[in-house]
Amino acid sequence: MTSKRFVLTFPPESTGEPITYNLIKRFDIMVNIVKADVSPGKIGRLVMEMTAPAKVLKEGMAYIRQQNVECEPIEKKIHCNEELCIHCGACSAVCFAGALKMNRQTAELVFEPEKCVICELCLKSCPLNLFSIDID
Amino acid sequence: MSRKRSIEEINEKIRSGKAVVLTAEQVSAMGKELTPAEITRRVDVVTTATFGPMCSSGAFINFGHSSPPMRMERLTLNNVPAYGGVAAVDAYIGATETAMPYDSYGGAHVIEDLIAGKDILLQATAKGTDCYPRTEIKTFVNKNSVNEFIMFNPRNAYQNYNVAVNSTSKLKFTYMGTLLPLFGNANFSTSGELSPLLNDPDLRTIGIGTRIFFGGTTGYVAWNGTQFNTGKPMNVSGVPVGNAATLALIGDAKQMSTRFIKAVYYEKYGVSMFVGIGIPVPVIDEDMAHRLTIRNSQIQTNIIDYGSGNFEVLGQTDYESLFSGEIILEGKKIRTAPLSSVKVAREIAEILKNEITEGRFLLTEPVALFPKTSGLNKLEIRI
Ligand code: SF4
Ligand code: SF4
Repeated sequence: MTSKRFVLTFPPESTGEPITYNLIKRFDIMVNIVKADVSPGKIGRLVMEMTAPAKVLKEGMAYIRQQNVECEPIEKKIHCNEELCIHCGACSAVCFAGALKMNRQTAELVFEPEKCVICELCLKSCPLNLFSIDID
Repeated sequence: MSRKRSIEEINEKIRSGKAVVLTAEQVSAMGKELTPAEITRRVDVVTTATFGPMCSSGAFINFGHSSPPMRMERLTLNNVPAYGGVAAVDAYIGATETAMPYDSYGGAHVIEDLIAGKDILLQATAKGTDCYPRTEIKTFVNKNSVNEFIMFNPRNAYQNYNVAVNSTSKLKFTYMGTLLPLFGNANFSTSGELSPLLNDPDLRTIGIGTRIFFGGTTGYVAWNGTQFNTGKPMNVSGVPVGNAATLALIGDAKQMSTRFIKAVYYEKYGVSMFVGIGIPVPVIDEDMAHRLTIRNSQIQTNIIDYGSGNFEVLGQTDYESLFSGEIILEGKKIRTAPLSSVKVAREIAEILKNEITEGRFLLTEPVALFPKTSGLNKLEIRI
């Protein structure tokens, strides 16, 4: 499974096609709308996260573009300033993706960025503010 | 019959470099195979430690007198208010005080910055008196320019603490970390079998005057901590279930290290401070040896709903489960996460162990033992 965030830009003359509905129904893509700013007659923007196997994600992107809607992936990475980490574990409390875990033996934080789904919850959970978002 | 060993006998062994010192984790493991009598024969001192967020912390600072002198009344350090109602140039900076509206920088950050040797902006005002004519001051201070910089923490080293969960459907940001909705996680905050007051649960060797490792230097137990409560129910292993005894600690902050004093900010809660504490427990007799073998599986605590606002006790669990990453509450599995750092606590226990083994740290007999108390007073609203 791959999770990626996309910015969708709708032209003012958008077709009104239920894009998110179709992504879910037809492509079986998990869709999570992060931010929406769409109003009739104006350029609309939608930030959403899509989770699906990489191949299906590509098909989904192609479908969105066919509807005359721009679809740009957001290339983001969560960065942890591990050198300053005190291994308290507060960030592991919110990381459902399992990217942040405590090693039982060493009592150290283990960060596996490849498991991160960029939910961003750790950003506010580290009492030392050690997480940041890198935008490629 | 168990022979009681005096602190002086143990100190004599420390001085001659013959003392056997282990960490509380090592003794817990040893307790699986050896009897308390055997442990008493083999081990002299056990080091305990904790490194977690402790809000009830702060420091007294004496700035020295300016010319002309001033009796500071309202003062701030890097814009964080400090309490100036103690003599002319004495102040107390509390760890949780913040530089409003920037509430992510607070007293704990001022303390950490001072320990790091940084310059801090001092601003103060006063009405001015005949003997202290100055009414305003703005200058930089650092730990070398001030006379005293004494950490005095009214409540540290809680003996056991609650596990926090959130029953509501909203994400909650608390001093127990971020709590996911609908029991999405459970956060806890002690170092378990390594924790100081869980290894001497009846406070037989830890009392007023006990010499300790405090923030990277030597400190002392000043008094019982605030909200000190020895009336909590004990479990079958003789340790209290839930938060019970506490310690008031004092030490020279000028000698401390930012490795063991760390300012933190919890989202939507505010500033707190991680304090590194290590307490040596002398193995004075078999009972003490037995207490020191306590294991995570033998320490229980309450699971409390921090989401609903009424702090309802929902159940109990033990530290073995908490450290395993999962507890069960009403048949449902909940992921757990610690908030206090066992890694740094282990480091402290090792440092203290080496200091004692190498004869640089001697143990103390408490000047006085703590009182027995029962329960805490509530604040009644009487207007
Ligand atoms: S962004 Fe979310 S998934 Fe990624 S590390 Fe942080 S908490 Fe885990
Ligand atoms: S919350 Fe911050 S300091 Fe604590 S373990 Fe995670 S990254 Fe480290």
